[in-house]
Amino acid sequence: MHIVECVDINKTYHQGKVEVLALKGVSLAFEKGSFVALAGPSGSGKTTLLNIIGGLDLADSGRVVVDGNAFDKMNRSQRADLRLNKVGFVFQSYNLIPVLSALENVEFVMLLQGLPPAERRKRAKDILDEVGLEDMYDRRPAELSGGQQQRVAVARAIVSNPSIVLADEPTANLDSSTGKGLLEIMKQMNEKKNVTFIFSTHDNMVMDYADRVIYLRDGMVADDRVKR
Amino acid sequence: MYLQMAWRNIWRNPRRTTIILLAIIIGVWNMIFLGALTRGMEAGMIKNGISTLTGNIQIHHKDYRTDPVVENSMADPGAMEAAIERILPRGARWAGRVRVNAIASNARNSSGVTLVGIDPEREAQVSFIGQAVEQGRYLMPKDMYGIVVGKTLLDKFGTKIGHKLVLMSQDMDREISSRAFRIVGVYRAEMAATEKEFVFVTLPAAQQMLKIDKGISEISIILPDQQDNRRTASALKDEFFDDTYEINTWRELLPILNAYLKLSDGFMLIWYLVVFIAMGFGIVNTTLMAVFERMREFGLLKALGMKPWWIIREVLLESVLLLLMGMAIGNILSFLSISALSGSGIDLSSLAAGAEYVGISRILYPAIYVRDVVIANLVVFVLGLVVSTYPAAKAGRFTPVEALAHT
Repeated sequence: MHIVECVDINKTYHQGKVEVLALKGVSLAFEKGSFVALAGPSGSGKTTLLNIIGGLDLADSGRVVVDGNAFDKMNRSQRADLRLNKVGFVFQSYNLIPVLSALENVEFVMLLQGLPPAERRKRAKDILDEVGLEDMYDRRPAELSGGQQQRVAVARAIVSNPSIVLADEPTANLDSSTGKGLLEIMKQMNEKKNVTFIFSTHDNMVMDYADRVIYLRDGMVADDRVKR
Repeated sequence: MYLQMAWRNIWRNPRRTTIILLAIIIGVWNMIFLGALTRGMEAGMIKNGISTLTGNIQIHHKDYRTDPVVENSMADPGAMEAAIERILPRGARWAGRVRVNAIASNARNSSGVTLVGIDPEREAQVSFIGQAVEQGRYLMPKDMYGIVVGKTLLDKFGTKIGHKLVLMSQDMDREISSRAFRIVGVYRAEMAATEKEFVFVTLPAAQQMLKIDKGISEISIILPDQQDNRRTASALKDEFFDDTYEINTWRELLPILNAYLKLSDGFMLIWYLVVFIAMGFGIVNTTLMAVFERMREFGLLKALGMKPWWIIREVLLESVLLLLMGMAIGNILSFLSISALSGSGIDLSSLAAGAEYVGISRILYPAIYVRDVVIANLVVFVLGLVVSTYPAAKAGRFTPVEALAHT
C-alpha cells in the first residue's frame, strides 16, 4: 500500500481578478519509507502540492489519501488531528516556537498528543541526542545557529513517529556544509525509522540524496525518476 | 507548559507588556480608590444625617412632619416606652424630645431657630450633642433655665456664656410663650448650619414653657446595626398600628440623601465602565498588535496540529495573566493609598461652604467595602477577557497557509 496517494489533484489560487493555476491533474503515489524530492522552478507547484499532502490546504478537486486517510472526507479539526499524529513538518525558516527551548520545542508535539511529561521529556532528549544536539536542550531558538534550528525541527518532526515528514526547502537558508549535515541526519532518520520524507527543493544536493525525484513544471508532473 | 508559554509570550515585548500593565493598574487603582473616597463621603453624609438628631428611626405624631407645632405632640409617651424597650434590639438607644420652631433673641439680634428640649442623659447616647459641647458645660437634668447654643449662633448674636437668650414660640394654648435662658454651654457641629439652627434646653423646661405637660414631639432611636432599620421600623409599626403615630426610617426622613445614595451606586458603576472602556481599547489594541506579529507562529502551531480553540485559549491565557498581574498590583496600590489616607483623611475645609451645603463632612475619610473591591475587579477581569476574545479569535482563524506565508 502506498503511504501517500494523490489522484488528479487540481488547485487554482484566486488573486483578485487573476487566477493562478497551481496544480493541474497531478497524480502521484509515494511508497512507505521513500526519500522523495519534488523539484522544479519557482511557481511550479511544489509547495502547493506539499501543503495539500500535509492537509494544510485543500485541493479544488481530486483525492489525497495519507496512510489510508482521505482528506476530502475530513473537516478542519480532523485534518488537524491527522497532521498531529501522522505528519511531520520542516519548513524553510521559522520552524520553532521562539519562547520554548530546543527540548520544549520537541516536546511540544507530544504535549499536543497528550503524552505524560516524563515520557515526553525522555523521547525528546533521545531524539535530540540522535541529531547531535545533546548539549543544546535548554537553548532557545535565538541561541541556536540556522543548522541547529533545522535539526531541532527535524527532531520535532520525527519524535512523534509520523507516517510522513514534509520538508519545504529545508536547506535553502543553510550553507552547503550545514545543509549536507542536515540531509545526512534526515537520511539516517529515514533509514532507521522507515519514515517517508518528501521534500520540495531547488537544491541539487537534496536531489542527489533523494531516491526519487519528481519534476514539476507549471503545475504538472514533467518527469518522475526513481534512482533506487 | 501552556502556562509557561503564555508567561514567556507576555514578556517577549517587555515594553508593550509594561504599557498594558500600567493601563490595568491605573484603571483598577482608580476604580477602587475613587470608590473608597465616594463611600467615605457617603458614610460621612449618613453619619452626619443620623447624628444630627435624625437617628435611625423616629416616631412622631402622624401630623407632626407636615406641621411641626406643639398641638401635634405625642401626649402620653409613657405608654409607648415599655413597648419600645421590648421591641428594640439589644444595644439600641432612644430618647424623647420636644422640637418646635422658635425665635431666639437678645438685645442685638434675633433669629429663627429650632428649640430642642432633651433628656440630657438619654440624648447624649443618641445624637451628637452629648460630645459636642466645647465651651461651658452640657445641660444637667434639673436645668430649667440653662441653654446650649451653637458656636455660629453665638458669634452671630455677639454674645457669650453666662449671658441671656430669650426664646419665643407658640404654646399649647396657641398663645405666644417666651422664656429667658442663660447660655451655659456652646457646641460645635460638623456643619455651621446645624450650629445656627438648633438650641438645646432640658425637656422639662421646654414642656413647661410650651405647656404640653408630659408631651413630646418625637422619639429618636439609634440602632447598633444599620441593617436593622427596616425590620425594627416594621416591628414598631406592628406594635403601634393605630394611625396616631408615624414611624419613619432615616431614609424616609432624609429623602434627598437617600436619593443621592441611590444615584451614587449607579454613578460608580458607570464610572467603572467608563474607566474600563478607556483601558479596554488599550488592551485590544496591544493584544491585536501582538497577534498580528505572531501570525507565522500561529501558522506553525496549526501546521503542527494545534486546533483553533487551543490557540484561542492560549491567547486568552496570556490576557488572563496580564489582567491578574495588573489587578494584583492595582489592588495593592489602592489599599496602600487608602491606608495612608485613613488616618488623616482629606481636608475639605477650603470647600467648607460648598461641602456643607450637600452634607459632606469637613474631613473626608476613605471607606473601603468588600463589595466595591469585588465589583471593580470583576468588571476589569470579565470585560478584559471579553475584549481579548476578538484578538484571540483572530489568532484562531488564520489558515496555516496564509499565516505561514506571512512575512
